[in-house]
Amino acid sequence: MIEVKDLVKQYGEKKALGGVTFSVNRGEILGFLGPNGAGKTTTMNILTGYLSSTSGTATVDGIDVLEDPIAAKKKIGYLPEQPPLYQDMTVKEYLRFIYDLKKLSGNREEQLEKVARQVKITEVYDRLIKNLSKGYKQRVGLAQALLGSPPVLILDEPTVGLDPKQIIEIRNLIRSLGERHTVILSSHILSEVQAVCDRVVVINEGRIVADDTPDRLSHTMSTDHRYLAKIEGPSDEVYKVIASIPRMKEAQLLAEREPGVYEYALETEPGEDIRRELFRRLALRNWPLLGLKSSEMTLEDVFLRLTTDQRKGGR
Amino acid sequence: MGAVLRREWGAYFHSAIGYVFLAVFYLFSGFFFFVYCLSAHSTDMSGVFSSLFTVLMFLIPVLTMKLLSEEKKMKTDQALLTAPVSLYGVVAGKFLAAFLLFCTAVASTVVYALVLSVFADVEWVVVIGNIVGIVLLGMAMISIGLFISGLTENQVIAAVGSFAILLLLMLMDGLVSVLPSFLSFLAPVLEQLSFNGRYSGFTMGLFDISDALFFVSVTAVFLFLTVRTLEKRRWA
Repeated sequence: MIEVKDLVKQYGEKKALGGVTFSVNRGEILGFLGPNGAGKTTTMNILTGYLSSTSGTATVDGIDVLEDPIAAKKKIGYLPEQPPLYQDMTVKEYLRFIYDLKKLSGNREEQLEKVARQVKITEVYDRLIKNLSKGYKQRVGLAQALLGSPPVLILDEPTVGLDPKQIIEIRNLIRSLGERHTVILSSHILSEVQAVCDRVVVINEGRIVADDTPDRLSHTMSTDHRYLAKIEGPSDEVYKVIASIPRMKEAQLLAEREPGVYEYALETEPGEDIRRELFRRLALRNWPLLGLKSSEMTLEDVFLRLTTDQRKGGR
Repeated sequence: MGAVLRREWGAYFHSAIGYVFLAVFYLFSGFFFFVYCLSAHSTDMSGVFSSLFTVLMFLIPVLTMKLLSEEKKMKTDQALLTAPVSLYGVVAGKFLAAFLLFCTAVASTVVYALVLSVFADVEWVVVIGNIVGIVLLGMAMISIGLFISGLTENQVIAAVGSFAILLLLMLMDGLVSVLPSFLSFLAPVLEQLSFNGRYSGFTMGLFDISDALFFVSVTAVFLFLTVRTLEKRRWA
């Protein structure tokens, strides 16, 4: 559905994008993940025809966005980072304007109402946009992108500035949109991408550093097994016992969680499972094991690791 | 184009700009009408039209200042530039909105002529020539203002910039007369560019096709340049 090849964007000396390549399949929700200034917005702006690329190609449904921008734009609904809202219009007037601007056909009021219901803005339909809360503004922006039901939706940080309840609502909405649209959404919140997206592209300093499903991404990265254990017993002796387990790479006493109960971080050689051995040794000394959980890497760790690794390699 | 035109037209009347523009124009055109026609017992409206030149110089920048600068500042240009429309359509819509409001203002002069015709015979050809002249002048001024508005994201800079350029164009004749001798070869060029010179023909009842073409060409050139500045943003 979307093909991006070797996209480069140069601002004078500064390279905002250094050869970005990825593709999105029909009906997929792609998460675009990266720190601020990584090039997420630039990539999206190029896809939507707001900016041009210095070199490289971007096609939407087989249409090159540079060669036939108008045809490509017809296929895209875009919610920029700051929703493009005219403060002096009511929601209704604004959506009518967008409807006319996009040159859509069919019953206008019917389609407007359908979109308004979809993003739940019917109750503010006749209010001036400048008087709306941030959450409503964001939804009006989303309504604007959804008008005409374009096959591709590009959403730049759609949940930024919303309260937790609204975030969940918008995420659910995006997930339901993924059934009928191809969606690219950008975010620097990893749990969001994990919750919503089928696939994640991690971008840093204008380069793609990873491209995988969220689960596999966190899975493949967590090759080293790490555990958190809560053990009741004298901490120095417990520590000695744990540290003496074969193939234990590192054991660390973290803190006393309850009276007499200490938490330890354990790290073993990759591919080793020490859980049974740990239980046996503790049971032998009658030290109850009150909790044991594997601290698999979260996407946060993955992300930090990917981007810092790249930085080390790049310099 | 239609959508942009309707939205800008609405925006003029959502804010005070449309009302202020019309009120100030009506105030001054009424004042000049009173001075040159009613109190002077004359049906010659040329004085009204030639005086309106100065008023337009102040008012047109007000009309055009936020057309493009505000879009850039509020980032609403992202909706316009990512919509499946051509930049020419966007610019034309904005231009026409300002132009129509301007025409609404100028329409008041027709009323004045009708009032005069009650008392005495009015030279309609001259009046119509005058109206065509001021419409052409306003058209050119609006295109310049729109172009300046596209260069900045600050309304005030857009207004002051347009005003300065319109003032310069008005002072062109004065500039020609003080040109040092080694620059005198510029005089014929600058004379040709004088808005005042081009416009005063109309106010004297002379319809010169080259003057009309001058204003139409200025409009076309500046609208084209406006489209190019928007285009250039993509490549920045």
